[in-house]
Amino acid sequence: MVSDRIDHDAAAGGTAELLLEARGITKRFPGVVANADVSLQLHRGEILALLGENGAGKSTLVKMLFGLYRPDEGEIRIKGEPVTLRSPKDAISRGIGMVHQHFQLVPVMTVAENVVLGAEPCRGRFIDQRRAAAEVRKLSERYGLAVDPAATVEDLPVGTQQRVEIIKALFRGAEILILDEPTAVLTPQETDELLQIMRELAARGVGIIFITHKLREVMAVADRVEVLRGGRVVGSAVPSRTDEAGLASMMVGRTVVLRVDKTPAQPGAVMLRVRALQVDDDRHQRAVRGLDLEVRAGEIVGVAGVQGNGQRELVEAICGMRPIRSGTVEVDGRDTTSMNAKAVNGLGVAHIPEDREKHGLVGSYTIADDLVLNRFDEEPFARHGLRDFTAIDKQAEQLVQRFDVRTPSIHTETNALSGGNKQKVIVARELSYDAKLVVAAQPTRGVDVGSIEFIHRQLVAERDRGAAVLVVSAELDEILGLSDRVAVMSEGRIVAMLPIEEADRDRIGLLMAGGA
Amino acid sequence: MNRQRVQSALLPVVAVLVAFLIGAIVVLADGKSPVRAAEAVIKGSMANRAAIGATLEKATPLILTGLAVIVGMKAGLFNIGAQGQLLLGSIMSAYVGYRLTVLPTVVHLPLALLAGVAFGAVPAFVVGVLKAYRGVHEVIATIMMNTILVNLTDWLAGGPWMQPDQAISKTPPIQASAEIPKVADLPVGFFLAVVMAFVVWFLLSRTTLGFELGTVGANRDAAHYAGMSVKGITVLAMTLSGALAGLGGAIETQGVVGRFEPGFNRGLGFDGITIALLAKVSPRAAIPAALLIGALRASSTQLQSIAQVAPEIVDVILAVALLLVAAPMIIRWALRLRNASGVEGVNLNTGWGS
Repeated sequence: MVSDRIDHDAAAGGTAELLLEARGITKRFPGVVANADVSLQLHRGEILALLGENGAGKSTLVKMLFGLYRPDEGEIRIKGEPVTLRSPKDAISRGIGMVHQHFQLVPVMTVAENVVLGAEPCRGRFIDQRRAAAEVRKLSERYGLAVDPAATVEDLPVGTQQRVEIIKALFRGAEILILDEPTAVLTPQETDELLQIMRELAARGVGIIFITHKLREVMAVADRVEVLRGGRVVGSAVPSRTDEAGLASMMVGRTVVLRVDKTPAQPGAVMLRVRALQVDDDRHQRAVRGLDLEVRAGEIVGVAGVQGNGQRELVEAICGMRPIRSGTVEVDGRDTTSMNAKAVNGLGVAHIPEDREKHGLVGSYTIADDLVLNRFDEEPFARHGLRDFTAIDKQAEQLVQRFDVRTPSIHTETNALSGGNKQKVIVARELSYDAKLVVAAQPTRGVDVGSIEFIHRQLVAERDRGAAVLVVSAELDEILGLSDRVAVMSEGRIVAMLPIEEADRDRIGLLMAGGA
Repeated sequence: MNRQRVQSALLPVVAVLVAFLIGAIVVLADGKSPVRAAEAVIKGSMANRAAIGATLEKATPLILTGLAVIVGMKAGLFNIGAQGQLLLGSIMSAYVGYRLTVLPTVVHLPLALLAGVAFGAVPAFVVGVLKAYRGVHEVIATIMMNTILVNLTDWLAGGPWMQPDQAISKTPPIQASAEIPKVADLPVGFFLAVVMAFVVWFLLSRTTLGFELGTVGANRDAAHYAGMSVKGITVLAMTLSGALAGLGGAIETQGVVGRFEPGFNRGLGFDGITIALLAKVSPRAAIPAALLIGALRASSTQLQSIAQVAPEIVDVILAVALLLVAAPMIIRWALRLRNASGVEGVNLNTGWGS
């Protein structure tokens, strides 16, 4: 019912003018197909949501619509006319405006100066400040975008800066507005205000493409939603005719269902105990809000949830990378609440981090060095502060063999490896020391199918060895395939803990969406 | 793998050869003989023991400021302040050198060196703390620190610590017990600098501390993940960098100048940046890089008297060599910094600051 393609014209009110159309867009980057045969339509006064997990190809798609990338195949039409967008300048001149995740504002200039920058109304050789301010006021009144033209941008809160970006696009005559994850940087209140503004803009005839992975926002504001996964459009829906659960399962489902062979779990003692945990995100907003969780030796607990519901903060707090506001974390009976990453790791906690390029590896190091990244100072890899390269190389040779890392040599730069092999390097390192607790965040993101199977088998082997395993994944199939118990996370809490026998896709989808 | 290494080692050599070629063309254009100029350089830098001694003398502080910049770069820090750190180290070793009068050499000499090391480290430590805990960019902080230290040492040498009966500002000469001796015309300080190059190489490539330093420099987030203290390492690397520059100043004072005299040490810290880049941020390669610059600087008198070439030709040659070596490095470095700041894909970040 949900994935049925619906009649676009009917959804947009039948007669609304077609502003933008993409037909069969394909974009390849070395080693990956970022977009495959993507088609979409945007009508006047319509809000179209592009929904998908990280890496689903949403950003690539809109970058092509804004002239930042050129599609390898396919056609873009604006108001029915085929166009080639060579640069953002081309896109702007055709009435497309984009608000990026990272704002393009000059912090020390005023709102009015920022808006007119590059198209300044002049008076002789100077910018006509009064006319600039008047223009900004006119736009802000017409679209309900409250902002003071004379304020200096760096003094404004993020939500207001975003409004300046929108005014900037409108000032340049945008009829099509692309918002790239606009709510990622906003507080909940600012988000509500933005959604209100979007409705206002649409009512006045602007067509909006809106990227997000938050279901609530889609339900609240979108007229139509296209769901992307793995670079393809996997479904279209009209929010009023579907629900969050349906969207959630569309977003995280996988076309290839992977079976993981494993025997029933033999749970032992509690290895990880999290009580009433509260953790903040990078913007100092509470992300984990009173979370309780237990993981036993010999079992795999999977954390399912729509991205951005506190999973990352939970993992980093358990692993000692993020300060804990309140509550406690215990590993094997030891209180680790105030320990740093090194101390937690020393207790036998392995951590496969969510972002392998950022946290998991030093790309310019050799594979051998990356394989001891967090145990570089432990025996036998070092003694009295001196590194033992014989021991480091010996373990590297063994791990490369055992974990099937495809590389010409252990002294090759890790940068030179493919994504799947990089991930194997991290998995090899973290699973090499018989940890008591294995925390694996998105262990197979962006990894080829063969490596996925391999990594899954390794995680099951850890469980069978007697380790407690906590898997956090945006892929519901991965959670369902691996876990012995499934914890569903929503808005910073575990809202349900289901034995795998009771965990079915629809029920989890509903729970992920915050329903009961 | 090996071929790659050979190629990357070859780049500075080729750059220097091309720089000499361009230098020759400039000399020719000036109506002078490049052959005579080459002769002058050889005479001035290596024809006899005294010339070799002069080359080594010039190269000594350059090795150390080069090492200072290298240690910083390994940890992802650009220490522009080696000049100021060297000046403070230099004047403090001069002060300890002339003020303490009854000490035997075995105590006095190392004590004065230590004063240079410690006071080179102090301003760098301050910069490191500002960087780690307040987010102040080290380039800005070290530039400001340079201005402070240039003026502070000028004032000390022309005021409270000035030799009373002199017309120009300089400190009194250091005691014989603090002087670094020469053995057969060859300055002992040079060998100390060479030893330091190997110590720094060992530290960076063989110790766990060096691994932490390199990890913080290459990927701060990964260092945090691996449980390293990013802030602590930042402060430590900066301090170490300043200590090396300070040692360079102390050796210059105790082995060459014999006192602190404003202006005698000018440019040594900035040449350190040249050395670090010519050496491609490798501590052992700082030795030949410093020797090259030292040889050219040592022969400036001969260039003038034998070939009638203005000694500024040396700076032309160095600038060309540096341009050829450093341009690709700096570009790569800047790009990596950008990437590390979390901007992905097409870089549209026009924001200011970080």
